[in-house]
Amino acid sequence: MKLASLLLASVLLCCGHARADAPPTDPLESARWDDMRKSFFDGQQVVFDARVQVTGPLTAENPMNVPVAVNASGLPGVRQVIVFADFNPIVRILDFTPGAADASLAFRIKLQQSSPVRAAALTADGVWHVGGTWINTTGGGCTVPSTGSASPEWQSRLNEVSGRMWPREGAGERVRLRIIHPMDTGLAPSVPAFHIEELVLADGDRELMRIHTFEPVSENPLFTVDLPPGADPARIRVSGRDNNGNRINAWVTR
Amino acid sequence: MKRFLRIVCTASLMLVTALLAAADFDYDLSPRKVAEDTWVVVGRNEDFSFENGGNIVNSAFIVTEEGVVLIDTGPSRRFGEQLRKAIARITDKPVVRVLITHHHPDHFLGNQAFPAASIAALPGTLEGIRRDGESFNENMYRLTGDWMLGTEVTVPGQELTPGPITVGRHRLELLALDGHTGTDLAVFDDSTGVLFAGDLLFHDRAPTTPNANIPRWLASIERLDALPYKVLVPGHGAPTTGRAPITQTRAWLQWLQATIRSGAENGRDLTEMLDLPLPPQQARLAVSGAEYRRSLSHLYPAAEQAALEHGGTGHEH
Repeated sequence: MKLASLLLASVLLCCGHARADAPPTDPLESARWDDMRKSFFDGQQVVFDARVQVTGPLTAENPMNVPVAVNASGLPGVRQVIVFADFNPIVRILDFTPGAADASLAFRIKLQQSSPVRAAALTADGVWHVGGTWINTTGGGCTVPSTGSASPEWQSRLNEVSGRMWPREGAGERVRLRIIHPMDTGLAPSVPAFHIEELVLADGDRELMRIHTFEPVSENPLFTVDLPPGADPARIRVSGRDNNGNRINAWVTR
Repeated sequence: MKRFLRIVCTASLMLVTALLAAADFDYDLSPRKVAEDTWVVVGRNEDFSFENGGNIVNSAFIVTEEGVVLIDTGPSRRFGEQLRKAIARITDKPVVRVLITHHHPDHFLGNQAFPAASIAALPGTLEGIRRDGESFNENMYRLTGDWMLGTEVTVPGQELTPGPITVGRHRLELLALDGHTGTDLAVFDDSTGVLFAGDLLFHDRAPTTPNANIPRWLASIERLDALPYKVLVPGHGAPTTGRAPITQTRAWLQWLQATIRSGAENGRDLTEMLDLPLPPQQARLAVSGAEYRRSLSHLYPAAEQAALEHGGTGHEH
């Protein structure tokens, strides 16, 4: 099967060279890339770009909690970043719009099987810049119910935020946030999808970052957001909601 | 096309090598004498693999007039059976007591080769085997394949009480400790000065932490270090008359704990922690990089949460 797909890939590679307007070939050599391109970027311009960095472990020790960091801050004028995993049963992981924050975000995901994890950054000229990495796993991350779904204690702390700010080496600030939420995928038997949908970090009227999260984000999600020098918020407001309409409403100071 | 051929060649070579290595599923167990009446079957300082069949762990036995006392039975049924044969090559005495140090799969999945009634462990270990045994067993099949054929979880038939026991002329002190897991048994043979430390001690190999409590583990190491031992038998790595298993395991755990705490307190993301280079003292232990990254996955989330709770957060309703 692997040989067949390799053969197919080399055939496609040859054809690709013959056509001037052909989409670029996937450096991660994923059999799902064409589907990804069609579903996320149909009719839009896509380039693979090393300035969009996705960092994760080569092998996930815990498929329920795979650390991923996306950094597109080397790319000027990023409007939006979307993150997805080709082979996850729910492909889309999250997207974010950097306001005053850097175009970078770290978080944890559930991975059902080994897969490329990719980030695509949209720049002002309408081009999607794609970067990614393969993460291997023994699997099972998406079809297991959350710990929280079975615990009344956790339900009473739903959407509780713990957060902290640090000065970054050099300059600027780092914000880390954890929100108590089961983030159930809906793929475990008798446990409906229940997850945070939106999270907004703001300093007064100034939006720092807007994040839309989907089912594959890990239980009790933890986010790392970096602010450039000069942002210097004294107090960050964190607001949002889950797909059942429960509100998140907190603030974080140093 | 060249690349394609290279892949085909590499794949076939790997397949042939794997088949040759595993064809007879022989762990090639040769007991090493470490003291009077005392032998250790020393595993390799590696991770579980199809190539080593899980033989990465130490089993030890004491030959007494009343029969053989065995400590830990290895990672599979085949290992247990080959261990029994290896013991029979040293002595014609039967195995009369089997002590299991803790509930990790490489220490008890050879139990099937011995009568369950002769196998004993501390209550916490029995509970651990009942709770996690099946999933550990499945995972070992995934990691080592057909070496595991026919292996089933056998819960020890006897509950151990800490304190002294006497078998033949050997007086053994059973110590109920913890830290590597929730229940860790160490066995000190008063008559020979051999300390069987289980996985409370590692030698020239990085310690594993999936069920670890580092402060408790460090306290247990102090208890062990206070004993008048002459030979240390670690759970993984070569037995020695020196102190290296104590100093190495303690140094690794102290470094790991400090690294995790300071990383979390300084707001480092887990992806950044995974990339940190290891200091030379830690880096020279076998599988250090892999164990460091695994340990982060086990231990970093709790440290992060503690650090976040030191921050300023409030809620608006």
